[in-house]
Amino acid sequence: MNGKRSSLPFWAVLFLAFAAFVALSALIRFAPGIKCGTDFLAFARTMAGLLPPTFLLVGLFHSWVKRETVEKHMGSESGVQGYFWAIVLAGTIVGGLFVALPLCLVLQKKGASMKVILTFLNASMICRIPMTVFEASFLGIGFTIVRYAVSIPLLILIAWAMTSWLGEDFRIAEP
Amino acid sequence: MVVAWVLMAALFSASWFVNRERTLEAARLAWTLFREVLPMFVIVLVFTSLSLGLISEEVLLELLVGRGLLVGSVTGAVAGSIAAIPSSVAFPLSAILLGKGVPYTVIAAFTTTLMMVGVVTFPLEREYLGFRAALVRNLAGLAMALVVSVAIGCFFGELP
Repeated sequence: MNGKRSSLPFWAVLFLAFAAFVALSALIRFAPGIKCGTDFLAFARTMAGLLPPTFLLVGLFHSWVKRETVEKHMGSESGVQGYFWAIVLAGTIVGGLFVALPLCLVLQKKGASMKVILTFLNASMICRIPMTVFEASFLGIGFTIVRYAVSIPLLILIAWAMTSWLGEDFRIAEP
Repeated sequence: MVVAWVLMAALFSASWFVNRERTLEAARLAWTLFREVLPMFVIVLVFTSLSLGLISEEVLLELLVGRGLLVGSVTGAVAGSIAAIPSSVAFPLSAILLGKGVPYTVIAAFTTTLMMVGVVTFPLEREYLGFRAALVRNLAGLAMALVVSVAIGCFFGELP
C-alpha cells in the first residue's frame, strides 16, 4: 500500500506539507501563507551562511581535543588548579548531563573535592566549547564574552555555597 | 558571519598541514553531527515560520517584547527551563528571534536557563545528587540566568 510513504521520517513529511502549503498559498494569493514561505527562506539563508563553518569548527574541536587527555589532570589537584581543570574538562563534554553526571562520580572516586565537582557539573552546562561556538556564531562574540565573564565567577560561587550547605562529606549517589 | 568563515578556514588549513587524517575526521564528524540535528532544524524552522506567519507576529512577540524586559525575561526563562532542545538548534532560533526584535536580555534569560535549568532532566539529576541538592542547583541556575540577563542587558544598552 503506502509502505513507502510511511517510511518517510516525520521531518520530511512536515517539510513537504509545509512546501505544499506555501505553494498553494502563492497560487491563491493567501498573504499569511506566502509570508511563512518568505520567512522560511530568509531563515534558511541565514542558517546556510552560518551552519557550515560552525559545524566544521565543532568537528575540528572534537577531532583534536580528547576528553580523556583532560580527565587525567583531574582529581588530585586542589586549589585554583582544580577549578581550572574542572572548567577545561567541562568544556570538552558532549552530551550534557548524560555524560557529566556519571563523570561527577568518577571525579569523586578520584578524590576531587565537592567544590571542584560542583564547579565541573555547572560548567559542563554553560562552558561547553561546541555550544559556545554556536553561541558566538549566532549571537556574536560580545554576547559570549559577557556571559563567560559573569558566569564563571558565579558558578564557582554556587559550588562554594552549595558545598558549605551540603557539607564536604556530601556524596554523589550511584544510581 | 564572515568571522566564522575566516576562523574556520584558518583553523582548517592549519589542521590540514599538521594532520590530514584528523582534519578529515573533523569533516566527517561535522557531517555526522549535522545529519543528526537536521530533522530538529527542519521541524523548528517550519514551526517558527508557520507561527510567525499565521498568528500575527505582534501577538506572538507580545510576551517576549511588548510588555517590557521583566515580563519578556521571565517568559524566556520559563521557556528555557522547560524546553529541551540542543544548542545547535537553540542558538539559530535565538538569532531568528533577535532579528524579530526580541532584546538580548530576553535571549540571555532563555539561553542560560536552557543550559542551567532542566525540568525534563530533573529526575536524572535527582538520582545522582538527591532531591534537595538537585533542586538547589536548578534554583541557583535560575538565579544565575537573572544575573547574566542583567549583565547582557547592560552590555547591549537595553538596561540603564
